[in-house]
Amino acid sequence: MSTNPKVELTLPVMENMELAATKTAEVVAKSMGLDEMKTAEINMALIEACINAFEHSKSKENIYITYSIDGDTLTIKVGDKGEGFDSEVVAIPNIDEKINSEHKRGWGLQLMKELMDTVEFESSEAGTTVTMTKNK
Amino acid sequence: MADFDLKVTENDGVILVTTNGYLNNYGGEQVASLCLQKISEGKRKFLLNLANTDMVNSIGVSILIEVIEELQGTSGTIAFCNLAPIVEKTFNIMGISKYAKIYANEEEAMAGLA
Repeated sequence: MSTNPKVELTLPVMENMELAATKTAEVVAKSMGLDEMKTAEINMALIEACINAFEHSKSKENIYITYSIDGDTLTIKVGDKGEGFDSEVVAIPNIDEKINSEHKRGWGLQLMKELMDTVEFESSEAGTTVTMTKNK
Repeated sequence: MADFDLKVTENDGVILVTTNGYLNNYGGEQVASLCLQKISEGKRKFLLNLANTDMVNSIGVSILIEVIEELQGTSGTIAFCNLAPIVEKTFNIMGISKYAKIYANEEEAMAGLA
């Protein structure tokens, strides 16, 4: 394997296309020897990142994903060219508040943070990139 | 998109919903629609067997909160069984397990719901 291998994927905004991202993640995770649970956590976080990119970006352009392996760390970046958002103002969801609320969604960021080792957002009017890492 | 389907049976007053495939917005709506219909018919106990659903997304799961909400007003119960570890972890993070019992398998669930 080459040093710090990187895989790049471009996805159109199409229903269930996030599953294509998980298929690639599975291959990358397997090459690193990540266990089944960590691979499933990566997949779940990646699904949420892709859905956010598809939906919240209000963009019909492609989204871009890179998977980079650096030793025992997998770094995944999911980028879109949407309007951007401020992750700091996104409320932490709470099931007690969601019940009897009109807005039951909004769990994606919380799931990503819980399932990955680190999650960072860079957002501007030109788009958003979420960078997530998972250690072996 | 038809990457999801479900089967419904009734056993000892428990509506058993067995899902198959990715529980996304489409899957969540299928399950919620069915459960809400059954609630309107007077059914109060629901068991979702997710043995064949090893992947979910938060949109699909959040739609299930509607069913929990509706059942709360009728003293009904919803439970889940055969969850993949990542699905159970997702349910825990989202707090679903606070409002719905999670069982290892269908047999234990049916006993618990009796």
